[in-house]
Amino acid sequence: MAWVKTILHEAFGLFVDDGSFAVAILLWLGVNWQVLPRLGLPPAWGGPILFAGLALILLESAARRAGRR
Amino acid sequence: MMSIAWAHVGPTILAAFLASTVEFVEALTVVLAVGTVRGWRGALAGAGAALLVLLLLILAFGPALTRIPLAPMQLIVGTLLLLFGMRWLRKAILRAAGIIPLHDEAAAFAQQTRSLQAQGRSTRRWDGVAIAAAFEITMIEGIEVVFIVIAVGAGGPGLLLPAGLGALAALVAVVLLGLVVHKPLTTIPENALKFTVGVLLSAFGAFWLGEGIGLDWPGDDWSVLGLIAGFLAVALATVSICRTRRLSAGAS
Repeated sequence: MAWVKTILHEAFGLFVDDGSFAVAILLWLGVNWQVLPRLGLPPAWGGPILFAGLALILLESAARRAGRR
Repeated sequence: MMSIAWAHVGPTILAAFLASTVEFVEALTVVLAVGTVRGWRGALAGAGAALLVLLLLILAFGPALTRIPLAPMQLIVGTLLLLFGMRWLRKAILRAAGIIPLHDEAAAFAQQTRSLQAQGRSTRRWDGVAIAAAFEITMIEGIEVVFIVIAVGAGGPGLLLPAGLGALAALVAVVLLGLVVHKPLTTIPENALKFTVGVLLSAFGAFWLGEGIGLDWPGDDWSVLGLIAGFLAVALATVSICRTRRLSAGAS
């Protein structure tokens, strides 16, 4: 049954490569879901705020990895 | 409804086709190595058995997807798609910037060939090593394709079929190319494909997740095109920033 273990490991690897990157994405999603709606911001800001945070997480994570060489 | 179709169908087919192409090319490399080293009977039997298992899984669980309410489905699919898409995009950015090496199908083929040769010849009619190796790689890459199809197709009404057709077209294209070329598809610009797919999947993920948690999108369904443009711009800028950081780190 080693192939089952391999497939499960691969399935997890589909979503998580760099742990801190995945955690940052999940935290930002949680903030957008549970925190931002309570701040009373205009509804039209919701989508752009979600995107801006994701873009920042991507940029920061890749730049940090690039600087580690 | 028309705007949903026109705004989402094209990117859905494209995302499913490109992402599935990447996965099928990786599977083809290993199946070719298995067939070349250990014989085509085992290679094709293993790959065929895996495709059959995947088909049965889709038939067993696929109909259940249509019974899940749309909002929770968008939340789950959007989250998984964001994790998956942004992971691909980050890796493609780092490869494009020269931070990590490009994926090399020829090297993967050579490594797989060595590994299969090291396991000795089989005297049996059905070579267990060949069947297992072809089955495993086809299952691994196939599950990724099934996930991609579900993830890009399940977030909106009527999108599963276009996503499935995109993946099917990729399977046919890669199999035909494999039959014609008969060696690993090294000339496929894999990182450019992954970069594009990462942008598309990230955009879909953000859109479905936003829909799932009740966010307002400017332009409604058409905002997915804006998200694609936004992720593309950010990704290209990040490649440039990473290149600069690599060069400055090398100079110091």
